[in-house]
Amino acid sequence: MSLTVLNVLVAVVIAIGFAALNAAYLVWAERRGAARIQRRPGPNINGPFGLLQPPLDGIKLMTKQIMIPGGADKILFMVAPVLAMAPAILSFVTIPFSDTIVAHNMDIGLLMIFAFASMGALAVLFAGWGSRNKYSVMASVRAVSQNVSYEIPMLITAITVVMITGSMDLKTITAAQTGGFWNWNIFPSLHSPLMPLSFILFFICSLAETNRAPFDLGEAESELVAGFHTEYGSMGFGLFFMGEYANIVIGASLTTILFLGGWDCPFGLFPGVWWFLLKIYLLIATFIWIRWTFPRTTIYGLLNLSWKILIPLSLFNLLLTAGLLKVF
Amino acid sequence: MGGYFSDILNGSKSLLIGMGITFREFFKPVVTVQYPYQTIKMSARFRGHIELIADEEGKPKCVVCGMCERACPSGCISLGSISVETEVDGKVKKKKVLSKYDLDFTKCSLCGQCVENCNFGAIEFSKEYNLASRNKEDFHFNLLKRLEERNV
Repeated sequence: MSLTVLNVLVAVVIAIGFAALNAAYLVWAERRGAARIQRRPGPNINGPFGLLQPPLDGIKLMTKQIMIPGGADKILFMVAPVLAMAPAILSFVTIPFSDTIVAHNMDIGLLMIFAFASMGALAVLFAGWGSRNKYSVMASVRAVSQNVSYEIPMLITAITVVMITGSMDLKTITAAQTGGFWNWNIFPSLHSPLMPLSFILFFICSLAETNRAPFDLGEAESELVAGFHTEYGSMGFGLFFMGEYANIVIGASLTTILFLGGWDCPFGLFPGVWWFLLKIYLLIATFIWIRWTFPRTTIYGLLNLSWKILIPLSLFNLLLTAGLLKVF
Repeated sequence: MGGYFSDILNGSKSLLIGMGITFREFFKPVVTVQYPYQTIKMSARFRGHIELIADEEGKPKCVVCGMCERACPSGCISLGSISVETEVDGKVKKKKVLSKYDLDFTKCSLCGQCVENCNFGAIEFSKEYNLASRNKEDFHFNLLKRLEERNV
């Protein structure tokens, strides 16, 4: 019994550490990447290559005072940043980094991750409503409508994968794809020739789910100051920020597990956690690359993309896969 | 219906072109100047505050005619002179020598009338732009002293 408790504790500490470290250093990577694309050097003063920048930023945020605006709903205002960060960390529990490295494998791991991911929309809603700021309210309304409309194609695409593998267990889904890259779900198989399209759909949806550019309507600074976190300073803002980056890691991990074969090596050499990390960091680099390439869309363009293109295509793929699974 | 799919295809294509551009830019060298560590040479027509020009001996070329002082619309230049007796070919000659050239840069609008009006080519614009202070007195320049410091 005590061994299980210890196991859980160690897993939780590692999950929090991994999430926090990623959040901190992805900010650094993002700033360096953005700078390179804009032909600047980026943060380079503190430490070699500016590597001390994230801890120093953290210290700065932590030494600041938390200001609660007058008339704000204090409980919602304080709960929102925690709610943005906590689900992201909880989702790490069931992600299989390799054959053996998984905190707690569940039969319904995929469902659990989606359940926690939908709490992110609540955090944005609470933050916007609790701040008593018109910009924040507008931003949270946008962000929630966006999250709702992008969760539909994301879930439909995930169901397609679940139908092919016949399991919601993330470990089983990965295990079904082992043995070379031709077994990965991203490549068109007998079950569905449209799998590359599903991968792109899922990737776009995970971009939109994390409220990142070009889908960052929730914090459109050109229109809404800073959107739902306008009134947040100090570590409240810091938690939102870390939550965003932790969600990026979750999104990339999920994409890797569902489509890119998880810890599997493309040529069958040394399968292990390093392949998983390599894949998720490549996906995250693409996230950053996309963010600094495209301008922000309008709210209409965003919703049109989801309801007119992503949802019909994902539904079509679902039906096609179902039919082909029945036939073969 | 045909428009629907061609829109998606053309849109995706344009997105990929954009990503290609940023991908190429990523590997190009940095073009920004790292200001406190690197500086660039100011252009020939840059106007900083005025500075005295020295002759071959390191003395100011200025003959204290006072044209710059009179030309200045903001009244930020004030000159001072002393008479110095020098012996030239056995004769004792009196000569006006510059003893004070104060510039109140807080009032200066960099119009350049002083440089324009100087008949002896004795003042020029400096290339100094790193001027920042909390203290007003830091912008009252003693140009004579600055010239001596430059000579050393």
